[in-house]
Amino acid sequence: MNIVVPIKQVPDLVEELEIDGSGKDLDREWLKYKINEFDDHALEEALLYKEANGGTVTAITLDGDDADKLLHTAIAKGADKIVKVTGDFSGAVSSHTAAKAMADAIQSLGFDIVMTGVQAVDDRDGQVAGMIAAHLGVPNVNVVTSVDQDGGALVVHKEYAGGVSGEFEVNTPVVFGIQAAKETPRYVPVAKIRKASRGAEIQEIAASDLAGAGSDVARMFKPESGGGAEMLGDDAEAAAAKIIEILNAKGIK
Amino acid sequence: MSKIFVFVEHLNGNVDDITYELIGKGKELGDVTAVLIGPKDLASQLGGAGNVINVDDPALSDFNPEAYAKAMSAVIDAESPDMVLFGYTSMGMDISSNLSVSKNLPFVAYATEISAGSIVSSLYGGKVNVESSVSGSCIVSVIPGSFPADAGKGDGSPAVQDMAAPDFSSLSVKFRKLIEPEGGDVDITTQEVLVSAGRGIQSDENIPMVEELAGKLGGAVSCSRPIVDNKWLAKTRQVGKSGLKVKPKLYLALGISGAPEHIEGMKNADLIIACNTDPNAPIFKFAHYGCTADLFDLIPALTSKL
Repeated sequence: MNIVVPIKQVPDLVEELEIDGSGKDLDREWLKYKINEFDDHALEEALLYKEANGGTVTAITLDGDDADKLLHTAIAKGADKIVKVTGDFSGAVSSHTAAKAMADAIQSLGFDIVMTGVQAVDDRDGQVAGMIAAHLGVPNVNVVTSVDQDGGALVVHKEYAGGVSGEFEVNTPVVFGIQAAKETPRYVPVAKIRKASRGAEIQEIAASDLAGAGSDVARMFKPESGGGAEMLGDDAEAAAAKIIEILNAKGIK
Repeated sequence: MSKIFVFVEHLNGNVDDITYELIGKGKELGDVTAVLIGPKDLASQLGGAGNVINVDDPALSDFNPEAYAKAMSAVIDAESPDMVLFGYTSMGMDISSNLSVSKNLPFVAYATEISAGSIVSSLYGGKVNVESSVSGSCIVSVIPGSFPADAGKGDGSPAVQDMAAPDFSSLSVKFRKLIEPEGGDVDITTQEVLVSAGRGIQSDENIPMVEELAGKLGGAVSCSRPIVDNKWLAKTRQVGKSGLKVKPKLYLALGISGAPEHIEGMKNADLIIACNTDPNAPIFKFAHYGCTADLFDLIPALTSKL
């Protein structure tokens, strides 16, 4: 199987997010980025599939500040090939724009399975897996937690609410939005990434016409803070004492 | 009146609450039609909708991402609705963004508020809201729990319009079976006290500390999604979207930032106490009490006092 894994970076939510002067985007100057955790799981599931059943794994990303590092990490983890889609992808890239550029590149690469993260924290205009599938003219299954080979078909598990899953038999070509890999995504030390970066060649594919989002950001704003919790401070001993008091008052302990 | 279509979610013969939430909201926006892909007898659960369009076929008896998307596509082609509402859910995700591209309709996801031409989404794990402007027809996926379900419920049998199923002879995706959650573990939905671990717990080595505290409180350990995705706790412990909905007397959230997917599973708990070092964490909007102490100081402090 030829598995293509679109991956991207998203702002690290551990950091404070600020809104820029336009009021329509994050202030990106000091943003810290990290791989979309669901894409990390998609890459892991693709690698697990390859290790069990053979095939090739191609990681692909849109050009951007840390695109090369993201791809070098993928190759250090075990991807066979890394591809960068070049074009103007600065600032906020809509899901529609990303999905069209990805789908065009994937089409030219050829594929049996596309595995990407089921969602990202900045998917304002929708999840890319379904959009990539629509551009490629193939079905998509999302919230997938395992992809295995069973005879001539793939067997996938898809999660619903309440801990219930559905099992599906799927013929390729197909796109999966991965929720979680069967294993925790593997960790690679920086030294290995650096080493991988020296031998690895990044294939570049130029994006042709960039698609728009179809809807516009009118404004971005922080949700009203507070209004909810009565804050008990940052001192652990004092907060713990107050919590015990509250629990006693409510008859919980 | 705007034509508002609602995609009906059902599993095991039960229409899910998200459908009623969307029908209720849809009624404020226009004329609601519930689109029921699958068994026609489920229309009896859709008394809150003015109209029901039903596409029924043996291939649709259980949810199938490919078949349901095809059926929904045929309905949109035939009816040209002004707005199509989906839940931001497992089923909704399989169809909504796909149709946005294939039908060339704008799409706004993670919605928590909808009014004519303007939709507010909760992004970046609930830390930033984004208002989108949309002109013309569009597709919207809504975070469950954003609107009251009661507004979309109603007695009586709505008028059902049957629509022919598209050709399903060459489907690539086949439904095999449903897998119920494994038993044998603690049922977190029946616990009176839940001590819930989030990403802030940092490592599986810190889980025993949380278990000890839960034990002292006479409750059980639950968690947010990243903890399960990292295999630190079993799936049966997960609260929120793709996990379980809980309503304990006490929900102690430790290192949980409060992404919308988590909030929908626990916001109805009687007492929510949250600890997170980020004073802007969305969880504090939903908690009754909060503290910003370091978890690894707070947990032992609490445990020693109990």
